[in-house]
Amino acid sequence: MKVDEKDVSYVADLANLELSDEERARMLRDLNSILGYIEHLNELDTDNVAPMAQVSDRYGVDEILQGTDRFAYASREDILNGLRKSLPHDEALQNAPETDETFLIVPKVIER
Amino acid sequence: MTTEAEISTLTIDGVRSAITNRQTTATALVHDFYTRIRREDPGIGAFLTLSEERAFAQAERIDKLADAGEPLPPLGGVPVGIKDVMVTRGVRTTAGSKILDNFIPPYDCTAVARMEAAGAVVLGKLNCDEFAMGSSTENSAYKPVRNPRDKSRVPGGSSGGSAAAVAANMAIATLGSDTGGSIRQPASFCGVVGLKPTYGRVSRNGLIAFASSLDHIGPFAKTVKEAALVLRTIAGRDPMDSTSADLSVPDYVAELDKPVKGLKVGVAKEYFGAGLDPEVQTSVEAAIQKLAALGCEVVPVSLPHTEYAIPTYYIVATAEASSNLARYDGVRYGFRARGARTLSDMYRKTRDGGFGIEVKRRIMLGTYALSAGYYDAYYLKAQKVRSLLTRDFDEAFRKVDVIATPTSPTPAFKLGEKVNDPLAMYLADIYTVTANLAGIPGISVPCGETHNKLPIGLQLFGRHFDEATLLRAAHAYEQAR
Repeated sequence: MKVDEKDVSYVADLANLELSDEERARMLRDLNSILGYIEHLNELDTDNVAPMAQVSDRYGVDEILQGTDRFAYASREDILNGLRKSLPHDEALQNAPETDETFLIVPKVIER
Repeated sequence: MTTEAEISTLTIDGVRSAITNRQTTATALVHDFYTRIRREDPGIGAFLTLSEERAFAQAERIDKLADAGEPLPPLGGVPVGIKDVMVTRGVRTTAGSKILDNFIPPYDCTAVARMEAAGAVVLGKLNCDEFAMGSSTENSAYKPVRNPRDKSRVPGGSSGGSAAAVAANMAIATLGSDTGGSIRQPASFCGVVGLKPTYGRVSRNGLIAFASSLDHIGPFAKTVKEAALVLRTIAGRDPMDSTSADLSVPDYVAELDKPVKGLKVGVAKEYFGAGLDPEVQTSVEAAIQKLAALGCEVVPVSLPHTEYAIPTYYIVATAEASSNLARYDGVRYGFRARGARTLSDMYRKTRDGGFGIEVKRRIMLGTYALSAGYYDAYYLKAQKVRSLLTRDFDEAFRKVDVIATPTSPTPAFKLGEKVNDPLAMYLADIYTVTANLAGIPGISVPCGETHNKLPIGLQLFGRHFDEATLLRAAHAYEQAR
């Protein structure tokens, strides 16, 4: 067993999930089964292998461009209105569950 | 009126010329497709939302062009559907989740906007696994999708609605997304063509994020040529996605008919191992022989890290998902649980009530893999193995131009068959996840049927940004079949 009930509670806490008792039991079983399978990765020696976070770290630009210039296209001037105009206030709030038409309203913020 | 038989044989070019030659109008065609959807879709479940107002407005624009004798744009009047993970201004977008049940996006996904600018008519939004997490579309919070070829079976996933809509003639082409096989696997299950382009070829702006370094948008269609036409429409640099590549987009359709003689087709034994259904194997091997008969040279290649792709994928994808899905907190959009007394209580109750079990499972796994003390053992390890998997392809593509594999180890399975065994479900993606990790393009093309008439898919991989060669090989095979 890689994961016990305490780990499930701890991770659920980090992820802002509550989970029912039934879901907790299921997570315990499924996470252990999946992590057991993932253990296979330890068969590989990766000491001298660089991690790869993004495909675009390696591809997608002309190879003659080197170093930081390679991704010059990915940044832009900081322009006042951005590439797309900001949403009008009412549109930005239209999907919010609760507002006073100026601000988003949330329950009291108290550290638990 | 378009007859049933006509609807089933319509192509993108056929629609354009029928409207141009005044044999029909875009508006009449939209009516016919909605009639068909109303009759057929209750038994399939491909559509979540119909965007009728928007569709008829677009059809009217196309008809005005035709009335004025103007040339129609490349997808002029073509009825299409969009997987419900791409945002559409003013049209409900759910990502298959209850947490976005009432979400009306204020802007359009770049790929959708490009489809409409090219004249396509968006009929509606297509069902999928919740946040594209699944391989059968049974994780949709709304309804499962049934495979039009056998309604007791799944259409594959997560873009099950996009594949089924094309297979059941409820749209001529559709857009899907592919994070681990979610375009190619359902294409193979439903007997249609599905293309995942190179990472960076198509902008992800407006695609609801699952795993940002693995997510891709791509087309479904009945033929390779039509998939090429849709790719040409949606591909190319978009300043709204900094990972979209600044490379010119070839005319994929014009390249299709170039000869394939002398093309080197790699075959890797790692894709023909234990767990491969014998009928799928026979069919895919016959397809490779067909490519050889067309003058391609079949070359054995080795992709030695393939067996590590699924564990690598399920760390990288869930880690990114746990971060991407943190935004669903009940504050700015979507569902909010009632009755919470504090902010953190509201977050938890909202996410508990809004997410389904598979989404929670992946958030848990990803959060665990990123948590203090486990980051190096899981996330960093997986990133390193991702490098090894990508190197495998780099090596292979020094020797060959494309690589041929089965798309999926099995044909479509029954609804409910794998729903309680997440690991068995994850293994349905065993031949597709590698292309997402390495970022190379992949396509699934129908290559036969099992004894009980279930479609089988041939998968071809290509070099980064070499969709032209990939499509050419797929087209040559399709024409010769």
